[in-house]
Amino acid sequence: MSTTSVLGGVVRRKEDPALIRGTGLYTDDVKKAATVHVAFVRSPLAHARITRIDTEAARNAPGVLAVYTIDDVRHLGPLPAQVPVGKLRPLLADGVVNHVGEAVAMVVAETRAQAVDAADLVEVDYDPLPAVVDLKQAASDQIKVHEDLESNVILTWEAGPWGNEEGIAETKAKIAEAKGRGDTVTVSLEMRNQRLLPTAIEPRSVVAEWNPGYERFDVVSATQIPHALAGAIAKTFGLASNAVHVLAPEVGGGFGCKLNIYADEILVCFAARELGRPVKYTETRRESANNTIQGRGWIGTATLVGTQDGEILGYELEALCDMGAYSQNFTAAIPFLGVFVGSGQYRFPTYMKLDCVATHTQTTDAYRGAGRPEAIYYLERIIDAYARKIGKDPAEVRMKNFIPAEDFPGVVSPVGFAMDTGDYAKNLRALIESDAYRQLVAERDRLRSEGRLAGVGIATYVEVCGFGPSGLADLGFSWSAYGLPSSFNGSGLVRVNPDSSVTVIIGTGPSGQGHQTTWAQIVSDQLGIPIDRIRVIHGDTAESPMGIGTFGSRSAAVDGSATYLAAQKVRAKAARLAAHLLEAAEEDIEFGDGGAYVAGSPDKRVTWEEIATVAYQPHRLPEGVEGGLEAHAIFSPANATWPFGSHACLVEVDEETGDVRILRYLTVDDCGNVINPMIVAGQIHGGIAQGVGQAMFEEAVYDAEGNLLTPSLLDYILPTAVDLPSFELKRTVTPSDVNPLGVKGIGEAGTIGSAQTVVNAVVDALSPLGVEHVDMPLRPKRVWQAIQDAKGGN
Amino acid sequence: MQVSMTVNRRAVTADVEPRMLLVHFLREELGLTGTHIGCETSYCGACTVLVDGRTTKSCTMLAVQADGAEILTVEGLAQDGQLHPVQEGFWERHGLQCGYCTPGMIMSAVGLLQENANPTEDEIRHGIEGNLCRCTGYHNIVRAIEYAAAKMRGEEPPPPEWEHEEVIA
Repeated sequence: MSTTSVLGGVVRRKEDPALIRGTGLYTDDVKKAATVHVAFVRSPLAHARITRIDTEAARNAPGVLAVYTIDDVRHLGPLPAQVPVGKLRPLLADGVVNHVGEAVAMVVAETRAQAVDAADLVEVDYDPLPAVVDLKQAASDQIKVHEDLESNVILTWEAGPWGNEEGIAETKAKIAEAKGRGDTVTVSLEMRNQRLLPTAIEPRSVVAEWNPGYERFDVVSATQIPHALAGAIAKTFGLASNAVHVLAPEVGGGFGCKLNIYADEILVCFAARELGRPVKYTETRRESANNTIQGRGWIGTATLVGTQDGEILGYELEALCDMGAYSQNFTAAIPFLGVFVGSGQYRFPTYMKLDCVATHTQTTDAYRGAGRPEAIYYLERIIDAYARKIGKDPAEVRMKNFIPAEDFPGVVSPVGFAMDTGDYAKNLRALIESDAYRQLVAERDRLRSEGRLAGVGIATYVEVCGFGPSGLADLGFSWSAYGLPSSFNGSGLVRVNPDSSVTVIIGTGPSGQGHQTTWAQIVSDQLGIPIDRIRVIHGDTAESPMGIGTFGSRSAAVDGSATYLAAQKVRAKAARLAAHLLEAAEEDIEFGDGGAYVAGSPDKRVTWEEIATVAYQPHRLPEGVEGGLEAHAIFSPANATWPFGSHACLVEVDEETGDVRILRYLTVDDCGNVINPMIVAGQIHGGIAQGVGQAMFEEAVYDAEGNLLTPSLLDYILPTAVDLPSFELKRTVTPSDVNPLGVKGIGEAGTIGSAQTVVNAVVDALSPLGVEHVDMPLRPKRVWQAIQDAKGGN
Repeated sequence: MQVSMTVNRRAVTADVEPRMLLVHFLREELGLTGTHIGCETSYCGACTVLVDGRTTKSCTMLAVQADGAEILTVEGLAQDGQLHPVQEGFWERHGLQCGYCTPGMIMSAVGLLQENANPTEDEIRHGIEGNLCRCTGYHNIVRAIEYAAAKMRGEEPPPPEWEHEEVIA
């Protein structure tokens, strides 16, 4: 790398000037001439047979161009899924509705208001069927979600280690033996990790246009996976993937909910081709709540056995994981991500059994963290309960059971996965030995001495991200379901233009992560061309080579590395051209100060302009050297990456009202090398806010009939600025050894580390009353009730 | 119905349906798509604009109610190519990620600083309580507004946190 490295430095974001002026273009801002609009007729029932659909009145309503039902589109469905277990979603309800809000018919009209008005005129007769919403009831198969499926349990993930039956039997035996010993302590808690609504502030939106002359779809969609969407549309309509141009413009938050292929994205294409008009659909907030994928939704029992002095001998987690009615992109794979991190950064025997259970509710899928926050929550809550039971400091107990730093490289976790690098003890020590942490404890003790309920919670986490190795395709994870047999590679193209400006084209689909800035830093570092001369393009399938999109904290580690390798190729080519111009040896060429020079003779130099000029005037090139100055690289890492960290917070609970206040929040994160510390900190802040949101406020509540009771932001409570403190961040740096940048990924870490930190703190605050656990979200009523129950029990 | 108003210092007259919301008028009739729609229930604040100098959620107001009013949207904040100090603060202190809540958040901050030139952190947090952000955890939004407040008072803004970021070797 060049000596004047811009890697690791703070650079103001290239994205921001448009966004702060209000000129950034989001999907709903796209205006195509003669666009028509969509409204859906949606099921009011969670489970019912459709006996009649009468669309005539709607067809005759003002402005209506068409009303479609499953009979019009059955041949195009169902939606693909990467783990095709359970029931795949038909594009519109096919004879039966399986959750409230399921689309039954689609109305297309000249204006959105006309479409909405006409949708009210579609008559649907339903014959209600019994619905099952409760996870335990669903797992018992008393009521089947789909008649033709053998069981509501559509898949079970078992580990300890994963995929090793003999090992699992051995692990179970070890844990049983430990429990049976007279000198051990066993703690067990049933805990809910409640359903959440991802709630990107930008609702999903898509607009599609078909050009019969070009035989091409032009689609703009608020998606995290533009290439997969292009593939899915192409496969659906029997086209080559290059006959579909998908653009993901500015995307107003994703958090996993735009990491999916939605029926509406296929249906607007269908209607656009049928009607010869651009067709647009933008979901309402209520539709977003009911019909965009949801996250989490586990109920599980964590059991831990250990000695009196803090040595943990075994851990078990058995959980039911809510899949909703239909499987979509990653639905049944989400708990598998929990399996990856099920034993955390610890070395004790771990057994996991996660049942994927269908219910008559909206589909669940990836929501920030996706399986990992759930798994880490159970683990870190039960370790805390164990530490409390044996009267040990929770940090000390964790420290005692960590995988030691000297075991790296070559660590395989108890659940069977190779981990890249880690130094967990150093990280936790950096937290608990800090002045800030000592102040937290002192402040808690001071508040307690005044008779107030105050608590300190700590929790550690390990994450798996940066997917990933190409070999995942052999496990069944690839984009083949979308007609694109590509694994989870990273992709980057670097082009020096004739005027020596640089265009970087990447395969990611960011939604606020600052890729334009970070990637410009990577390329600027390699070429020595200033960041303001570099333009980064993403999210456009017509421009960019095959890309996997932005999710799972993968972009920097995988696509960033690909771009780094592409930039190195360009640099090598430029060195060759410079050597020719300077009549020097290629290996003597160095880059800096806006060009290249001969090592030891900085006066013998050429500018980037001169290098670019010769690249595009190939008659001036030596024989055998091709013109042009660009390179593409694909990167497949040897492994996923494993970031880790430690969180702590101080809370005060109002004994009278149950109101919880977070007074201070500290983290020490380790995401390996950092390209832009400002962006990394921002990702951690936002991640913590979402974990705290789960801990304290958010819950997607369904009633027994399958109605979502929290479809608006009045019912589904997001944290506001007054609910959160400023965050106090530190970092340790343990570079990854599976990518050339040494980065690990930071998009989800804050969320994975935070919910249990808050719950641990609240339980610490309530522990003088004898409270051992309170389920999330810790809204005042629930906390107040826990206080009353504890007092009543005294 | 005919409405006349001033939007970003320009006079505008248009025929609108009585049921048209101000936010739709701005976005669809005037092409000012910087004002966003996030929730339709006046909760998220993405549609915040200034109406006669007061922060207003433009999805709660009909276009006809704005007849005769002076409207300022995010597009009208920068003048003569010069960013408003609040816009500058959001850029300088990483006060945005996806940018969707940003225009509304910026307009709320502008309204807040008009009323309180030297707000405490707590006052800033309460001042933007009606605007939801899902990306930043509000941390850097608070820093951005502190930056802008200092700038508007003619003071040197506090240094960015990353200047004293602690990395443990």
